[in-house]
Amino acid sequence: MFDDLRELYQEVILDHGKKPRNFRHPDDFTCEAAGNNPMCGDALIVYLTVDDNRMIRDVAFQGKGCAISVASASMMTEMLKNISADEADTLFKAFHGLCTGADDADDLVAGLDEEVAERLQMLSGVRQFPMRVKCATLAWHTMDAAINGHQEISTE
Amino acid sequence: MNAVVISRSSQSSEVGQAGDNSLMAFDVERVRKDFPIFDQKVHGRPLIYLDSGASAQKPQQVIDAMSTAYETYYANVHRGVHVMSQRSTEAYESAREKIAKFLNTNNSNEIVLTGSATEAINLVAYSYGRKFLKAGDEIILSHMEHHANIVPWQLLRDDVGVVLKIAPILDDGSLDLEAFEALLGSKTKLVAMTHISNALGTVVPIKQVINKVHEHGALVLVDGCQATPHSAVDVQALGADFYVFAPHKVYGPTGIGVLYGREDLLNTMPPWQGGGDMIASVTFDKTTFQKAPLRFEAGTPAIVETIGLGAAIDYVSALGMENIAAHEQGLLHYATERLNAIEGLTIIGTAPDKAAIISFIMDCAHPHDIGTIVDQMGVALRTGHHCAQPVMDRFGLSATARVSFGLYNTRQDIDTLIDAIGAVKEFLG
Repeated sequence: MFDDLRELYQEVILDHGKKPRNFRHPDDFTCEAAGNNPMCGDALIVYLTVDDNRMIRDVAFQGKGCAISVASASMMTEMLKNISADEADTLFKAFHGLCTGADDADDLVAGLDEEVAERLQMLSGVRQFPMRVKCATLAWHTMDAAINGHQEISTE
Repeated sequence: MNAVVISRSSQSSEVGQAGDNSLMAFDVERVRKDFPIFDQKVHGRPLIYLDSGASAQKPQQVIDAMSTAYETYYANVHRGVHVMSQRSTEAYESAREKIAKFLNTNNSNEIVLTGSATEAINLVAYSYGRKFLKAGDEIILSHMEHHANIVPWQLLRDDVGVVLKIAPILDDGSLDLEAFEALLGSKTKLVAMTHISNALGTVVPIKQVINKVHEHGALVLVDGCQATPHSAVDVQALGADFYVFAPHKVYGPTGIGVLYGREDLLNTMPPWQGGGDMIASVTFDKTTFQKAPLRFEAGTPAIVETIGLGAAIDYVSALGMENIAAHEQGLLHYATERLNAIEGLTIIGTAPDKAAIISFIMDCAHPHDIGTIVDQMGVALRTGHHCAQPVMDRFGLSATARVSFGLYNTRQDIDTLIDAIGAVKEFLG
């Protein structure tokens, strides 16, 4: 009966939750945004360095949250490095679609790199837990806000 | 609980359905049968509801009272000469009488019905605050207030320039009485304080607080949202000037709130919303207003919800608030002992006098992850900041997991909770 839980709390996710990657305040960055989940108190800041060609050269984050929100942020930072802002947007849309069970989710994922698609699928186990979708998507909304020049977002 | 539990056996026997409460053992298994929500499985398991502090489940008696009202005598109140309006008005006003008895007010004119407990606090902040308070006057809150007893006063501050002072709490979650008394002075006009903390379970020695405040000539608004479900409350014995509670936490419906205010005080306060029901007469030149409580009840009220609250008060009064309190104290002590035995789990809020509310954190898991995992075992608990961010900040936390007990909870519920926390450690430890 704990299959859904096992799908949600996979080893890779637990590892990122406990030892988040790129969990730091970088010396230099070109944009940042704060993400808040006011109903549960999760809060994080995403820092990005985007070059003149709109390529993401560095991603980092700091903050407090549950295993899912921290793991999602950590895995996101690994996926975004050295891709373009447009590609990041594609990933965000695909991930959001997966987490919310959108009709076109499979189409969105089909065009992605296999390893990236696998990681997004892994995180999207959260769709079985509707109250937790906002945990998994917080970092992504925050990244999207940073790239698009917004300073703050809230997932409520 | 000595400051809170005041014997109400005389009142309970007036309700009388359960006979002499002092002789009746509290039979939780029998009580549970009154709550239809427990006749189901959640994720294939029995529902273990440990979130009554957020909102309590409803007994059949409340559900039936509301259905009966809609099915047999529903109409608008305080208007119309027809029989349905008359019966509806009688049921509605009789519920107000029950609420007055429940709080032991001097009379039922002291009970104002609002849309929520939050609205009741806002009513005082708007009506009393904007008429009687001015720039430089001081309002004291405690560090353990929830947002409903913080934000209305901040809005008042921004409007009229009152100064908010915060009474600190000790590391165990008790009110720092000495520091609180040091804040009292000639500028103090109002103290708005919780009776029992929703996040920590702390019982505030509110009678002592009220006495001290009155020595300085200021008024006290007590937020009784967590106190009314867990203990008998006597506003006259306490000496409260205002007392607010949330019916849905006392096994009644959502959509209403209760404000008790001393009658002389209420009648000095201006209306805060205008409309029907609150007027004595209206012309385009001048309108005169009803006395309290109708002065504060513009528009059609929550008629059936109020009748439902009357049924909820009948229900808990028949069981006896002191029996409910004793049952819940047993649960509190058992749960505290079992939780304390778990390695890597820390209880937040360890005041000597507590109601059946326990906040905790775990080394291996964030509260949201705890909440999701125990939910799969049928255990419903609250996670997050409990609408009390300042108290979370006080303990350096952004969230806790919280269990809060109601009259229907059992020791077996706690055993299941402990097993579920074992599963959390298995997944995340």
